[in-house]
Amino acid sequence: MSAEPRQPNQAFSLERTGAVLIKEFIQLTRDRITYALILAVPVIQMLLFGYAINTDPRHLPTAILVQENSVFARSVVSGIANSSYFDINHQVRNAAELDELVRTGQVQFAITIPGDFTRRVVRGDRAQILVEADATDPTATGSALAALAQLPREALRRDLTGAVAPPADPEQPFEIVVHRRYNPENITAYNIVPGLLGIVLTLTLVMMTAIGVTREQERGTMESLLATPVQPLEVMIGKLAPFVIVGMIQTALILIIGRVLFGVPMAGGWPGLILGTTLFIIGSLGLGFLISTLTRTQLQAMQLSVFYLLPSILLSGFMFPFRGMPDWAQWLGTLIPVTHFLRIVRGALLKGQGFADMGPSLLALAVFVCAVAALALARYRTTLD
Amino acid sequence: MTVAIDAQGLNKSFGGRRVVKDFSIRVDEGRITGFLGPNGSGKTTTLRMLCGLLTPDSGTGTALGFDIISESWEIKRRTGYMTQKFSLYEDLTVEENLQFSARIRSLDRIGERVADALEQLGLAERRKQLAGTLSGGWKQRLALAVATLHEPQLLLLDEPTAGVDPQARRTFWDEIHTLAARGLTVLVSTHYMDEAERCHDIAYIAYGELLARGTAEEVIAGAKLATWRGEGPGVDRLAGELLRDPAVEMAAPFGLALHVSGGDADRLERALAPYQRSPFRWARTEPTLEDVFIHLMSRVPDNFQ
Repeated sequence: MSAEPRQPNQAFSLERTGAVLIKEFIQLTRDRITYALILAVPVIQMLLFGYAINTDPRHLPTAILVQENSVFARSVVSGIANSSYFDINHQVRNAAELDELVRTGQVQFAITIPGDFTRRVVRGDRAQILVEADATDPTATGSALAALAQLPREALRRDLTGAVAPPADPEQPFEIVVHRRYNPENITAYNIVPGLLGIVLTLTLVMMTAIGVTREQERGTMESLLATPVQPLEVMIGKLAPFVIVGMIQTALILIIGRVLFGVPMAGGWPGLILGTTLFIIGSLGLGFLISTLTRTQLQAMQLSVFYLLPSILLSGFMFPFRGMPDWAQWLGTLIPVTHFLRIVRGALLKGQGFADMGPSLLALAVFVCAVAALALARYRTTLD
Repeated sequence: MTVAIDAQGLNKSFGGRRVVKDFSIRVDEGRITGFLGPNGSGKTTTLRMLCGLLTPDSGTGTALGFDIISESWEIKRRTGYMTQKFSLYEDLTVEENLQFSARIRSLDRIGERVADALEQLGLAERRKQLAGTLSGGWKQRLALAVATLHEPQLLLLDEPTAGVDPQARRTFWDEIHTLAARGLTVLVSTHYMDEAERCHDIAYIAYGELLARGTAEEVIAGAKLATWRGEGPGVDRLAGELLRDPAVEMAAPFGLALHVSGGDADRLERALAPYQRSPFRWARTEPTLEDVFIHLMSRVPDNFQ
């Protein structure tokens, strides 16, 4: 009756391989989020990070304090501005203002041209200008400081001809004194360890909650849960609270290891650090919860978490200098909570910033928490619709 | 007798597909009502709408006297719901699952209730075992215990005995009848005819529409179906041939016998006349519930194609 089947090849059959292959392709296109991410991830990440990341940051905000009004001082200032590494956007009148700008992180560099600059240059008497760099991120300041080495030779070349007597050393009419503040030894770990705190918290907390809630949906326990009188806020708080403790433990571990093994300074700023960490942990958990309301499977939740994690690593100033990025990327970066958290952690540990200095970053995190919680609660359904 | 469930004109669509159409039902308190119907007929969706898990697109209804749309919280408090899939926490122990259910429903005397439930279940010795490692029958009994721990007034069971052995099913149904005897209203969806016959009432749903309602006897009588039973070697292979006659609405083998049914008894008899010969023996018989359901289903155009 039945036709004799073709004798299949037991060892390897292209047909069978093809059957599996076709099935995989079909399944891939069925999962719309995965499909979208497969296409979106390379394109978005390439465009975003290809253009945004720059390890040779230029146009860094610089404050300048000029204590004498002279031709030489103006030449030095324009020499600095022409290097393209420094954007002089603050002219201050006293050292206190200068210090404030560096401490709050509004400028990367603070340059002081002293009142006796011209006199000393002319007399060949060790004329100096002082460059203070916010060296919390050594990568951000490295190339700019290297470029300054050229300045003494070039800046006064035209002014030091003719009437003015030649200085003692025409190659080096003045010297530049560099103070690397907050990280005088240029230790990368000082910058990376506090940054890691933000990345580790994001990685574990966003992912754990995103997966934790979708797991209930996948296993069907969510249906049983919804059939009970439990309210959305109760589920949210109940599910997230344990992870607040997980986040706190991780924070303590990273800080202790950072201190003991890497000698990361802890300049103070504890109240701001504690508040900032709490806000960041709650916000990250809320975000994970929000992701879980947008996805159906644990795999999708995982993928969306990674999609969020990548810019958190690359655009937040964790891996590459924030100020090295073009304006649009910096603007995108300020939308990422990790960016603000990193500023708080680095500000506290390395600079000992107080509440007031961290104000804008703390405010940004508070907005993040409120927005994410509101969205998550709005998305969470007490029904299966 | 008090009405436990009273719903009128419920509708629900998913992605443009109408899963439940103008569904109305009344269920008296203390009755066990079986929801029967083919897969995808809207049984689960209807159960979910009645306990507030889904919002109907239109229609109104009350369960236990509360509005199913605006007062679903009150319904949830008084309802036990057992989902189709085992949906307890597999990585919690038997005892922890019961405790969780008791706490989330703000019950008093939690320790006592959990201990009683474990005792009744016969799981006292296994209370430290992870729920995921229980066998199918035990999982189902645990799920029932969890769904009834808060002494609900309404119990919704969605295919509770799928994949459970006959003995466990019998025990399960004994428990359901015990609960109903205490005044609990039970709505249970099932595919098993023997279970349908264990229900006080039946509601037959196909493709979102309620096609038959009443006790098993009423449903059978209401179908006005004539059925003949044929026996003899090879009779079960006649089905395809017989179905070509429009008078034959259904011809289904039952083991070695063949059940042939049709709405018009006289025409059916004429259709069978050519086969009234050796080796076949034919006899008029009472249609079974299954005959009636297959008959009902064949009259509804399948809108899922």
